[in-house]
Amino acid sequence: MDARIGIRNTKSIIFKSVIVFLAFVITIPLIIVLLYIIKQGVMQVNWHFLTHVPAPEGEKGGGIANALVGSLIIVAMSSIIAIPIGILAGIYLSENPGTKLAYYSGLCVDILQGVPSIVVGIVIYFWIVKPLGFSAISGSIALAIMMMPIVIRSTEQTLLLLPPSLKEAALSLGVPYHRVILKVIVPCGFAGILSGIILSIARIIGETAPLLFTALGNVYLSTSIAKPMESLPHLIFTYATSPYDDQHDLAWGASFILLMFVLILNITTKLITRKWNIQL
Amino acid sequence: MSVVLLLLVVGILITLIMQSMPSIKSLGIGYLWGKVWDPVNNIYGAYPFLVGTLLTSFTALIVSIPFSYAIAIYLGEYNPKGWLSNLLKNTIELIAAVPSIIYGFWALFILVPVVRNFEIKIGVAPYGVGVFSASLVLAVMIIPYAAALGTSMIRMVPSPLKEGAYALGATRFEVIRSVILPYTRSGLFAGILLSLGRALGETMAVTVLIGNTSAIAHTFKDVFFGPGNTMASVIANEFAEADHTLYLSALIELGLVLFFVTVVINLIGKRIITKYTNH
Repeated sequence: MDARIGIRNTKSIIFKSVIVFLAFVITIPLIIVLLYIIKQGVMQVNWHFLTHVPAPEGEKGGGIANALVGSLIIVAMSSIIAIPIGILAGIYLSENPGTKLAYYSGLCVDILQGVPSIVVGIVIYFWIVKPLGFSAISGSIALAIMMMPIVIRSTEQTLLLLPPSLKEAALSLGVPYHRVILKVIVPCGFAGILSGIILSIARIIGETAPLLFTALGNVYLSTSIAKPMESLPHLIFTYATSPYDDQHDLAWGASFILLMFVLILNITTKLITRKWNIQL
Repeated sequence: MSVVLLLLVVGILITLIMQSMPSIKSLGIGYLWGKVWDPVNNIYGAYPFLVGTLLTSFTALIVSIPFSYAIAIYLGEYNPKGWLSNLLKNTIELIAAVPSIIYGFWALFILVPVVRNFEIKIGVAPYGVGVFSASLVLAVMIIPYAAALGTSMIRMVPSPLKEGAYALGATRFEVIRSVILPYTRSGLFAGILLSLGRALGETMAVTVLIGNTSAIAHTFKDVFFGPGNTMASVIANEFAEADHTLYLSALIELGLVLFFVTVVINLIGKRIITKYTNH
């Protein structure tokens, strides 16, 4: 009897060790990637790198100003499109659970979340690029479609967590419904909504596939939203697959900058959720 | 605003179907298992890409499952609270946060030479890039999805169940094997489906790593270690070059198939989750 308990306990301990080993060993690839990008990228980044456009092929120097400005403009425009729609739809879903429209919209959010990013690129190509030509705004719309489901879900989840007594108290004081939403519900859920927005920006800033056939890319610095525009992930893709070492260097630098954006945005979300103690 | 969502999804579907009409009409259903993809001679067959997509996704899935289960069991059962658990949880989330193009770029310069050496050792053609490299990177990228869902599922196992088993003298391993895992089976399965959905649609890392060959090799060894193409990567590479209607619409039909498959997989996954969390 004692021997069997011994075996069973040993089994339990071995199992635990295997689990702990597997769970932690998988962080190693991530750490290697992060350290390598930081090591390669830090050497590239300086003021010149941030303020100049790429040098012509085969020449040394140059920077990624076109991609940096482009990414910021494209992401800003996507946010302008996706955030209002996302928050409104999120409020609708949390306020009207159980209705047919809410059920089907919820289904659509799930579908949109699962759509491969390349497919979004194709669709926007036919909707906007084909009639109007390659432009930054078409890239923004593609990214906005990727962004919306995240904003909607986080808004909905946050608002569902609010105690119903809050809303009831305001309504019992005779406050009109739209003011209850604007002055009570949304401010109370603000932190959750905000962290959802930041998270969605972190998600789309690194998306390449929807930009391939929409914003296209541009070796010059452009701020016109009706013209093709470069972006960080697209620049990394083009230069990573090019044969020139100088362009690889630019891509390492761009990867580093992109990684920093993503890390900072993610850490901000973490801080917000921790401070207000919300769960997404 | 919710109506916008409905219109958006319906619009996406209609656009994809409309634009792939020329290829559906002229190539028919046989398109899906046509073995040759030769745009120059106007011959289109999606079989190489179906094989590429399924092979990379399922290889990645099989590699990732032990890790995602381990993370789910560790964070859900062994160590649900405390700084170490938080650190691991945040690190795993970070894996999902890093843009896929960065994984692709890194792997092209660091992983591919390693894989090439490995391929020389086991005696296959040392391409470096190909299905094998893409699957490895994909495996790491999809772990967070199954792991996060699995963790929350395992945390939801009612403690009376576990306590009952402990009271009968079960060891921790026995509780996990005979109580927790059976109880969370469908939840863990849903997590794997979500990971699979990600793997199928993943574009950039795969495009950079897979080698982009539309010809399909003859032996399994060559298919697995050699260069290939997935549905997403062939769209990314050839969409801009597609110069006539049939070529373009054949590519869009791939997008349509991809859309259907990922949507169905995701919806099944979500359905299981809702069913499971409502109990």
